[in-house]
Amino acid sequence: MDELLLIEAVERYMKGEMSPKEKTFFEEIRKNNPSVDQMVVEHTFLLHELDKHADIKAYKHSLNEVEAKLADAGLISRSQLKGKAKVVFLWKKYKRSITVAASIAGIISIATAGLIVAYTKKVTDSNKEDLVAYIKQTVRPTVQSGQPSKTTIPAPPAPEYRATGFLIDGKGFIVTNAHVVNRMKTIYVQNNKGEYFTAISVYNDRNADLAILKINDTAFKSMGHLPYSIKKTNSDLGEQIFTLGYPRNIIVYSQGYLSAKSGNEGDSTAYQISVSVNPGNSGGPVLNSNGEVIGIITSKNRTADGVVFAAKSKNIYKLIEALEKSDTTSKIKLTGGTGLKGLERQQQVKKIEEFVFMVVGN
Amino acid sequence: MNSFEQERQLLDGLAQNDREVIEAIYRDNYPMVQAFILNNNGNTDEARDIFQETMIVLFEKAVSGNFELNCQLKTYIYSVCRRLWLKRLQQLQRYHNPVENGEETVSVEEELEVHEKHNTDFSMMENALARIGEPCKSLLDAYYIQKKSMQDIAADFGYTNADNAKTQKYKCLVRLKKLFFAQYKNGK
Repeated sequence: MDELLLIEAVERYMKGEMSPKEKTFFEEIRKNNPSVDQMVVEHTFLLHELDKHADIKAYKHSLNEVEAKLADAGLISRSQLKGKAKVVFLWKKYKRSITVAASIAGIISIATAGLIVAYTKKVTDSNKEDLVAYIKQTVRPTVQSGQPSKTTIPAPPAPEYRATGFLIDGKGFIVTNAHVVNRMKTIYVQNNKGEYFTAISVYNDRNADLAILKINDTAFKSMGHLPYSIKKTNSDLGEQIFTLGYPRNIIVYSQGYLSAKSGNEGDSTAYQISVSVNPGNSGGPVLNSNGEVIGIITSKNRTADGVVFAAKSKNIYKLIEALEKSDTTSKIKLTGGTGLKGLERQQQVKKIEEFVFMVVGN
Repeated sequence: MNSFEQERQLLDGLAQNDREVIEAIYRDNYPMVQAFILNNNGNTDEARDIFQETMIVLFEKAVSGNFELNCQLKTYIYSVCRRLWLKRLQQLQRYHNPVENGEETVSVEEELEVHEKHNTDFSMMENALARIGEPCKSLLDAYYIQKKSMQDIAADFGYTNADNAKTQKYKCLVRLKKLFFAQYKNGK
């Protein structure tokens, strides 16, 4: 019997879609033909496994979503507890060696401190190229998928620079690069539907090269729950990553991997990643396959190919802490867990893209 | 309704992938599990991981249909988490004498062996699906995992009609079968 026909028959047999007559006929064939019978058994097994696989996958997806929801509601504690527990654990484990090491380190550090001060040369950024697009000539407001933009705000008058940013709180807080914001006097953000909103910079950290924008436009409606979370711990070498950004007037996807745990000139607050990016990608989120934001694209190496730097995501936590200290009216609530784990990449991107904004200004 | 019947209902809901039930079980049991893991050299990420795995063990049992819960659900969950975590600690070579919460435990060795087998099955299928290549992977994923209708799939993938998509799907299934059983025969 033709194998394709047989599979079809087995599937209908399992689902109970056969007429009684067909069924008897089919069972007759099975009985008289051991090799067919064997194939039926195998197929039944395979389809059963496939079914089980589908169920577990769907179930895992529910688990992740429930977890994200509860973490958001504060019912599953996260970060704070973790930090403490880990420190206590490490302390217990290495207590003895730490005390010995500390005393030696103390002596050495005093000796070397002087040397370092004497010999440190000024760090130059000449090899670094930031990724803001200069767009004075080419810009035009984009309206995607043929729908007219609903916004009441007119497109910004001749924006000069374009970069990327992404929401960290559905209420309208966006993270982007400090070097993006520093060039702009007026800032607009545009979502993937082509709607413009005005935004202001509420916090700016030049060292980490990160800034927080707040959409202060009345036309902006809170977008609620974010699909991705912000990773607080470091990521591993070789991890698959992807990014979304606006090197063009429409959103562009790009993927790669984490290639080093430090950034330009050994900067430990950044990663080196290998991914294809262009001016305009600055400020874009770098996500891992679970859909956690692990970094923010900042710059690339001018001379070497495929060397891109991204600020580590844990800097965002520091930034928020600093912001809340300086301005007690800004309360930012980060998403607790990612609802993207286990999804196919296309579906992940579909869920993320509306939260990634084009940042333009002049 | 007594608590036994309530728990029976929870498990039935779980087998149906009912989010409210999942959430209820999380709310009732997660804090206890987290406390245990934090007290035993773990962090919250690990606690969430272990709890998820326990929920999967529970799901597999609930789906299997012949699940006789001969203790409280809470005790069962705690026992599974405890076992999973102590095992993980051993693998990480962080083993130490467990600090107990004073919760009751039951033996779950058998369950975890079954679960281990399910895990291998799952990753074997995942492997086979990953190696089958496109468009087979998307096609099978759309039909068997996302449970889309053949008409929708034909439209999404650009087949002229559902029958052509169906033929392609069966061809893919033959390939999947080869890859899947090859792993089995290698005794993986």
